[in-house]
Amino acid sequence: MVRTLMIIPRLTVQTVFLALGQIWANKVRSMLTTLGIIIGVASIIAVVAALTGLRASVLSEFEKFGARKVFIDGRVPRELRNRINFRDVQLTLAELDAVEEHCPSIEKLTPMMMMAKSAEAGDTKLDGVQTTGIWPTWHDIEGRAVLIGRPFNEIDERERRDVCLVNEKLIEDLGLDRDPTTQTIRLSDRVFTIVGVVETVTFNIFGSGESNAEIFIPLATAMRLNPNGWINFAWAQMRRPDQAQDAIAEISTVMRKVRGLEGATPNTFEVRVIQQFIDGFNRVAGAVTAGAGGVVGISLLVGGIGIMNIMLVSVSERTREIGLRKAVGARPSVVLLQFLVEAVTLCLVGGAVGIALGQLMVLGIRNIPGADLGRAVAPAWVIVLSVGFSAATGIVFGMFPALKAARLDPIEALRHE
Amino acid sequence: MTIEIHQLEKIYRVGEERVHALRGVDLVIQRNEFVAIMGASGSGKSTLMNVLGCLDSPTRGRYVLNGRATHKMGAAALARVRNEEIGFVFQSFELLPRASALKNVMLPLIYSRFNWLEARKRAKRALERVGLADRIGHRPNQLSGGQRQRVAIARALVNTPSILLADEPTGNLDTATTREIIELFRQLHAEGQTIVMVTHEEEVADAALRIVRLRDGMVTSDHPTRRDPTHAAFLQNAARMAAEAAGEALPAGAE
Ligand SMILES: Nc1ncnc2c1ncn2[C@@H]1O[C@H](COP(=O)(O)OP(=O)(O)O)[C@@H](O)[C@H]1O
Ligand SMILES: [Mg+2]
Repeated sequence: MVRTLMIIPRLTVQTVFLALGQIWANKVRSMLTTLGIIIGVASIIAVVAALTGLRASVLSEFEKFGARKVFIDGRVPRELRNRINFRDVQLTLAELDAVEEHCPSIEKLTPMMMMAKSAEAGDTKLDGVQTTGIWPTWHDIEGRAVLIGRPFNEIDERERRDVCLVNEKLIEDLGLDRDPTTQTIRLSDRVFTIVGVVETVTFNIFGSGESNAEIFIPLATAMRLNPNGWINFAWAQMRRPDQAQDAIAEISTVMRKVRGLEGATPNTFEVRVIQQFIDGFNRVAGAVTAGAGGVVGISLLVGGIGIMNIMLVSVSERTREIGLRKAVGARPSVVLLQFLVEAVTLCLVGGAVGIALGQLMVLGIRNIPGADLGRAVAPAWVIVLSVGFSAATGIVFGMFPALKAARLDPIEALRHE
Repeated sequence: MTIEIHQLEKIYRVGEERVHALRGVDLVIQRNEFVAIMGASGSGKSTLMNVLGCLDSPTRGRYVLNGRATHKMGAAALARVRNEEIGFVFQSFELLPRASALKNVMLPLIYSRFNWLEARKRAKRALERVGLADRIGHRPNQLSGGQRQRVAIARALVNTPSILLADEPTGNLDTATTREIIELFRQLHAEGQTIVMVTHEEEVADAALRIVRLRDGMVTSDHPTRRDPTHAAFLQNAARMAAEAAGEALPAGAE
């Protein structure tokens, strides 16, 4: 036993070199044999790297939204779907006032009333421009810079002034001056004075990667412009990012009270924080990883059967050699080890090729136009896992051929033709 | 005492049939003996050698090698005995075709306690002993038959075995090469090596100091070479033939 342990390291090194030599001598055969492992490893690396890149993009998008933001909207619960209409559950100004007043964790909020309007300036007309009614608090909550001019203020809201903020994209599309303040545009045949320009933001993940022309008007103005419209949702801002649980509880309590929902009646609204979106994404990413893991499992199984087959061929081709090795003193355990090491080496070479191929695929993924996966990278754990699984495949599927070799009778093996 | 076997039997099962290859062999071989085992084909010579070499285990009987009862050992222990106590030379050399002479000779040392450098040194020394110091990098297909058998002998000697077993070592060699190999065995024996060699050629057996003859799995005669009747007859015959040849070679009319 001690003897076996003593010669294992030396024998392993020798066997690894021997195996590498054989793999090199039979390049094509080895490649085909380990194809399952190569494909399995390459695909898990590519999938995990893509997900890592996607996660990085998504998280930074979420960060753009802001960690303190709370999303509130009206929603028809499943149970009441036949009895009430989505119009019945839309947020009202009274409800939002109550939330603002009675929720200590909420610092400020803004309703968001979204419409598609035709915008005209001079002879140019744009249809379906996204026009959003907001409170002045929107500036603090969204944090979008006002590049030129001024933000909205309380007076704009109180007096329902016909003023608007536009983004750079709209300036471009409507052919306005570089500094359009004091210029006017017509929205639904009303004339609005541009008071400021807000920066354009692009949402790569949820949008097309392109930015849209946007117009913002005071909420009160929007309600007058669109008397039958409704508040689509509201953004609230917590005082601190760690108050998510409190904020959700407080808003829910206030909303239920205002809406007179009692006992087991389900919420007719929804309160969400960014963390929930992140959790949701992580769940999806986890499911995709698990799915990819399944595919990889199957290809490793196929690869393993290939390995077993080639090792059985190797054992039968080298029966005389095995007989000789036994005749000069190789114990069964040593022969077993030798063939296991050979199988593992083969698998590890396949795994290494798979990792290299996977990294190439990652380079490709990074450069897929419009996919925003520039941060795709195979994390260390997936590489370690790939190496581990390759080695495990070698051990599991190399065991039977290795046992066969170890059990050969030296005399019979030497007589083998 | 080196080899002691008692009532050794070996029965092969081939389907329903049982082949009695050895039927109770008793044999004692002392240190530094040089024994030739002879007999007709199928008499059990190889079977006996395989048991002596711990490659095969007897069906019945006892085999004590250097005081250790090998017939009671398991596969791993037998492998160790093969590695440390026994050098085996095969009729068909059994070299690894893709390995150099040196690598071939180093093979047994892979499975023993030597590190690579020591193993290399020993293997070189063994190749020097068999006169192949200048061929260590050659592969088997770059060597003649005699040189291949020398490599195989070097491999058998490399771990300083207490006995060297050779099963028809000259069976695949021509007459000249056979003489060289026999000369090598004689020299090894002179240096103190215990040798047991199977042959069916009296000329080869002549190098040995003792001849054991087998027939149908039993020992039929066991004599020092000089006193073996069959061998004596062979020598007389050979001398007569040599004389006749010499006579014929004399010029006519010299009588
Ligand atoms: N593996 C085996 N299976 C069955 N019979 C065998 C086997 N090996 C040898 N024999 C038989 O045992 C007898 C002795 O064989 P062997 O020892 O090879 O003789 P020798 O070497 O003297 O020619 C022969 O009858 C042979 O056919
Ligand atoms: Mg034979």
